[in-house]
Amino acid sequence: MFSCPVPAGFPSPADDQLDAPFDLTQLLFRNPASTFLARVSGDSMTGAGIQPGDLVAVDRALRPGHGSIVVAVVEGEHTLKRLQLRAGQPWLVAENPRYPPLPVSRDMGLVVWGVVTHVIHSLSGNGTGAGRR
Amino acid sequence: MYALVDCNNFYVSCERVFAPQLEGRPVVVLSNNDGCLISRSDEAKALGLKMGEPYHLVRPLLEQHQVRVFSSNYALYGDMSRRVVQVLGTFAAGVEVYSIDEAFLDFRGMNLLAPDLMKYGRELRETVIKHTGIPVCVGIGPTKTLAKLANRLARRQRTTGVLVLATPAECEAALAQTAVADVWGIGRRYARKLLEMNIDTGAALAALPEPWLRRHLGGVVGQRLWRELHGQPCLDWNPAEWDDDGTQLSPGPASRHSVTCTRSFGRPQHEAAVLAEAVATFAAKAAVKLRRHGLAAHLVTVILGTDRYVPTAGPATRTAVVNLPDATSDTAVLTQAALRGLRQLARPGVAYHRAGILLSGLEPMGQVQLGLFSAPAADQQRRQQLMTTLDALNNRYGRPLVQLAAAVGVKSSAGQPLAPAWVGRSAHRSPRYTTGWNELWTVH
Repeated sequence: MFSCPVPAGFPSPADDQLDAPFDLTQLLFRNPASTFLARVSGDSMTGAGIQPGDLVAVDRALRPGHGSIVVAVVEGEHTLKRLQLRAGQPWLVAENPRYPPLPVSRDMGLVVWGVVTHVIHSLSGNGTGAGRR
Repeated sequence: MYALVDCNNFYVSCERVFAPQLEGRPVVVLSNNDGCLISRSDEAKALGLKMGEPYHLVRPLLEQHQVRVFSSNYALYGDMSRRVVQVLGTFAAGVEVYSIDEAFLDFRGMNLLAPDLMKYGRELRETVIKHTGIPVCVGIGPTKTLAKLANRLARRQRTTGVLVLATPAECEAALAQTAVADVWGIGRRYARKLLEMNIDTGAALAALPEPWLRRHLGGVVGQRLWRELHGQPCLDWNPAEWDDDGTQLSPGPASRHSVTCTRSFGRPQHEAAVLAEAVATFAAKAAVKLRRHGLAAHLVTVILGTDRYVPTAGPATRTAVVNLPDATSDTAVLTQAALRGLRQLARPGVAYHRAGILLSGLEPMGQVQLGLFSAPAADQQRRQQLMTTLDALNNRYGRPLVQLAAAVGVKSSAGQPLAPAWVGRSAHRSPRYTTGWNELWTVH
């Protein structure tokens, strides 16, 4: 009843046709319960356009496949790599020639924490999100 | 049918999601102010560490076994709990959040959609761990009480983690395996009374006639318990409600009888100014919670606690209640009332270890009855708008930006607020991985 606070005159005819402004979280968090933001440290994925200081959205609900960029667990640490299947064996491959690809042996087991869905890269150079105190 | 889903060693599990090297190692989480153990991994339980043990007493044992110790990180646990509940919401018509790590699901009519409830329960369990990293156990039964009982038994078999009580025979068998003290709704006092009468299991309790429970276990409450144990649902169903955008769950309206904010101090406080600052801060926090749930309060209770372990003349916890003429959610009015209560309560020279605010006599905001001497409606509406603006500002910056002067402590010479003197210890807190921009989880 009071949703249109115009003191006098005619209510705006566009009032009930307004679209909500774009909400980036809707894009980044297709599955909000299972998507986590992480800060990237290190330069092992620069070839895939992921720079140190970038933010990545990681979705645990997605099934990783050949070519997915994933957060995997190797020796108790989270590591960002591209997953490749070579002759049926999974490999974790860095996108930087300085790091050798890592074959995942059977007794090591492949533990994928989640699949990277987006990269957020700030052009202002001080890191994405760091402007927020 | 109903289901109760319970997160295993929830706080420890949250820490492990972001620190996989802790898998298989003993881990504990300490209560507010690093007081005592409130969450233990299975490995820590196996070392004989007990729930609620004071940290300073078990410290040598923790160090001897290289147990990883965390201060509680409620920002993280709250966010992970929200995610778990969100996943659960996709499995049932309704979710009732019972605590930070437990929720009831409405499975009424579910047998038509999923005839094999065991399979459905397993699928639920696998989905929660895949999506959130949190392991859970699932108990399914014809009533909330039996679902809770099934959950207790499901926890014993960690491999499947799911127990369904579908038939009367299954319910009876489960009741026979449950000590009477472990039946939901049987408090310590009733448990002692029942044991004296040789009623030692849930089955023995359920075998008594309904009027007996009515007479001996608190009238209607006892009667309801009897029916629940016999598979007739009679506890309220009070589901959480989704926000408009479907991302946030709020507890059902009837489940809120009070809103509290209490803390233990890092060290005992006796200075009136410090106590006032703490109480004003708690009142402001409680007021925000109140407004988030669209509620207004009639009563403000101020709570002050002295050391439990030191024998004193009076009781360890003292309270003062301030009655407001009109129910309100206005931070300024609630803070004023809280400070009035504090002045009544605080005795000079006494060192307090804890303080808190409890807001009760709640009613929905906007339905507030105007008193004869209350402020005019236009005035109240303006105040409400001011509070909305205040919340929006503080929300946007993720921490209090605009506060009442009463809640702001002494500033340093550079104008930066110093950490308040009453803030508790949390020496081992992990980063706020999912809620703090500067503490985000890092991957290499």
